[in-house]
Amino acid sequence: MTGIFGISIQGLFGQLLVGLLNGSFYAILSLGLAIIFGLLNIINFAHGAQYMMGAFTAWIGMTYLGVNYWWALLLSPLLVGAFGMLLERGMLKRLYRLDHLYGLLLTFGLALIIEGLFRYRFGISGESYPVTDLLAGGKNLGFMFLPKYRVWVVAASLVICFGTWYVIERTKLGSYLRAGTENPALLQAFGINVPLMITLTYGYGVALAAFAGVLAAPIFNVNPVMGSNLIIVVFAVVVVGGMGSIMGSIVTGLGLGLIEGIVKSGMIANLLSATFDSVPVAKSIVYPVKLLFSPEASAVTIFVIMAIVLLVRPAGLFGRER
Amino acid sequence: MPLQKMNAVAWGMLIVGGIAAPFLVYPVFAMKILCLALFACAFNLLLGYTGLLSFGHAAFLGTAGYVTGHTVKVLGFQPEFGILAGTAAAAALGYVIGSLAIRRSGIYFAMITLALAQMVYFMFLQMPFTGGEDGLQGVPRGRLFGVIDLMHPLYMYYFVFAIFLPGFWVVYRTIHSPFGQVLKAIRENEPRAISLGYDVEKFKLTAFVLSAALSGLAGATKTLVFQLASLTDVHWHTSGEVVLMTLLGGMGTVFGPVIGAIVVVSLQNYGANIGEWVIVITGTIFVICVLAFRRGIVGEIAALFRK
Repeated sequence: MTGIFGISIQGLFGQLLVGLLNGSFYAILSLGLAIIFGLLNIINFAHGAQYMMGAFTAWIGMTYLGVNYWWALLLSPLLVGAFGMLLERGMLKRLYRLDHLYGLLLTFGLALIIEGLFRYRFGISGESYPVTDLLAGGKNLGFMFLPKYRVWVVAASLVICFGTWYVIERTKLGSYLRAGTENPALLQAFGINVPLMITLTYGYGVALAAFAGVLAAPIFNVNPVMGSNLIIVVFAVVVVGGMGSIMGSIVTGLGLGLIEGIVKSGMIANLLSATFDSVPVAKSIVYPVKLLFSPEASAVTIFVIMAIVLLVRPAGLFGRER
Repeated sequence: MPLQKMNAVAWGMLIVGGIAAPFLVYPVFAMKILCLALFACAFNLLLGYTGLLSFGHAAFLGTAGYVTGHTVKVLGFQPEFGILAGTAAAAALGYVIGSLAIRRSGIYFAMITLALAQMVYFMFLQMPFTGGEDGLQGVPRGRLFGVIDLMHPLYMYYFVFAIFLPGFWVVYRTIHSPFGQVLKAIRENEPRAISLGYDVEKFKLTAFVLSAALSGLAGATKTLVFQLASLTDVHWHTSGEVVLMTLLGGMGTVFGPVIGAIVVVSLQNYGANIGEWVIVITGTIFVICVLAFRRGIVGEIAALFRK
């Protein structure tokens, strides 16, 4: 027997790796959204566009200026983060006293502008970004082929995510941030420059998105709409996890990516078949569930999970009502 | 000018303008405006009067479009029954999405509706009857009540107008009814509405289903006008567009969404040759509206008269 529930080991591990990879992107992006929301009370709809900007900045740097991957990994988040800080100073700052919905609408408008400008300049067919030599190729583990670059992406994401978690939850700087999330007026009264902190926080959140964009550039096609489809899935991730907890965002992102991978491998559908197909009535009852978790439906897996979580625990897995 | 009188003038302009429109502009263009204006009014019922920002209203517009397209083209329904079927489907979907989404409020509500609408989009992309990327093409307009040939542009136009007007009236009546007052109370202060004994969830859900059904009515009609049901109508861009129309026209105003629809559809129509810039311009209008023009066109005009 070389498989589990009718799935070959290679297929299963391959999909698990893809799931972990997607999960890394969900984790970084939902982490950024959670940090921004914590302090600014704004859902950054432009997050997807900023992720795309990160990827394009890397591509432009390589194509026109000969900037290599490693420098891009550093410079692209800095540039895009600085751009984010300009947006915060120029526009978002004016919205803090208004209903939170205006922040969503403004950043939605910004996302359209950014996406539109890139579409105008680069078209929608997309560009490819080569994997850097050091990370090209992969290793055959016997039961599966392990591409080096994908392992690097997962590792780099984990380091960034847990590093961010450490800074926020365990250092003095992070304590200011958490205090600002709870009560910015009081923090300001203690002599902390809260407006500056807000700007830097937004810049950091945006830089995280751009970092994810550079990581994604060699894997996915670099195109102007790469961010907008992803960000909607990340919104669902954020609803599932709730934005109250930093670790919650990371764990939810990774977990949902993995589940998506498992569904894509067909294991859940096969498992349901194996268990219920011999029972006449149960088979037809389980059928719609099987359909929802079939490999063809993996694009909607996270949305289905979101719906289930809303039914069972509306505040989200790690959330608190506020 | 007192408010009542202004309302009467606006109603008069709407009816006269609606009757005269096909003689002044291209009928299909006028029909598109009517459909999207009804869509925006239905959306405004939620955003403007209940304070719920749905970022997934395209799901209702598009679902109704596909159901109407399928029933008319494949099952041979008459147009009026096709529209009914589409509207009913949108209302049912509204009940499902609404029940899930009202479990959270504010920003989460927006994200949930967006995510569920995206799920609907993926489902239509993969289901065989929708024709995938091509959409349902060549939907026949048919004969209304088996008699009136809707291929004639003028007949079709007045049919659309005859759908828009009652739809708009339903929104108007809802806003000015005791039910609408409760919705406004929820928008202004939800905890207080709860403490006054209103079953807030039930009111929100009713408003959501009503809004979804009217959006469906708009989508069903739009499918007959263009003889096409496509993925564009389910895409999140369309959800953003209806937010824009409402915001630009003036959310929480009765006639704002109509004005917003006229402006946005004109922009798309006459701006078609500027290609990708349409997206950039749409985004720019969003940014300007949010930063400097939050009351919208009708809201600003009303504010002028109030001075």
